[in-house]
Amino acid sequence: MFQKKQKAKQDIPTSSLPDIIFLLLFFFMVSTVIKKSQGIPIVTPAAHQTKKIESKRHLAYIWADDENRISIDDKLIPVSAIGSISGIIREKLDQDNRLIVSLKIDKRAKMGLVTDIQEQLRDAYAVRVNYSTRFK
Amino acid sequence: MADIAFLLLIFFLLTTTMDTDKGIPMVLPERGGEVKINPKNIAKILVNADGQILFDNKIVGDAELKDLLETRIKERGMDADGNPKLIVSIKTDRQTDYERYINVLDIVKESGATKISIAEPERE
Repeated sequence: MFQKKQKAKQDIPTSSLPDIIFLLLFFFMVSTVIKKSQGIPIVTPAAHQTKKIESKRHLAYIWADDENRISIDDKLIPVSAIGSISGIIREKLDQDNRLIVSLKIDKRAKMGLVTDIQEQLRDAYAVRVNYSTRFK
Repeated sequence: MADIAFLLLIFFLLTTTMDTDKGIPMVLPERGGEVKINPKNIAKILVNADGQILFDNKIVGDAELKDLLETRIKERGMDADGNPKLIVSIKTDRQTDYERYINVLDIVKESGATKISIAEPERE
């Protein structure tokens, strides 16, 4: 007879919702690295010693496939103009001296091509490279 | 306000790629400045166009190469920084497949060698 019917509030407080959304927004804004180039389709080789690269921000990519096609920043470089790679990479290195060049090379490519690219990188003093591989 | 934030949030959610890049890190030899090294501290590996490995003038298999390198590293000992003294030099043919080269590099890294040098293949 003294019992009162209690009515609990059923709706969730939404006043702090924008704060949560903003927090998530800032997280994604800070962590996003927008892709600069698409590259060419390749199949990377697999290796046991594959390691993750800590930072994507200091990466420059060079794609090469088994038909001797080389691509940097979505521009195809003919094998005859292979000497222009050092200039392109040198420019990138001037902008970012922590540059690591990621070599995305098809597993069927020949070492002759790989060596030519590496020689260009040595000319540009870009000695930190990374052979893009998959986990085995 | 929340609507705009939501819109931006969805945009960044979609454009973010979480897949990290992976691979085998290497440092290419710098131009010039040749350093004299005790020849006993160098292990030369040659990979020919057929993918066969030549080590110490003998053709060896993958597993054999790993064992040989491991014993050689132990033999030569460590330097002051705790890295193996042994320098592994990998030389390939211009016709060697890139996949085979990565295989051999993988074996060398697995054997515990940290000083790896890439020799330039001879021009035809």
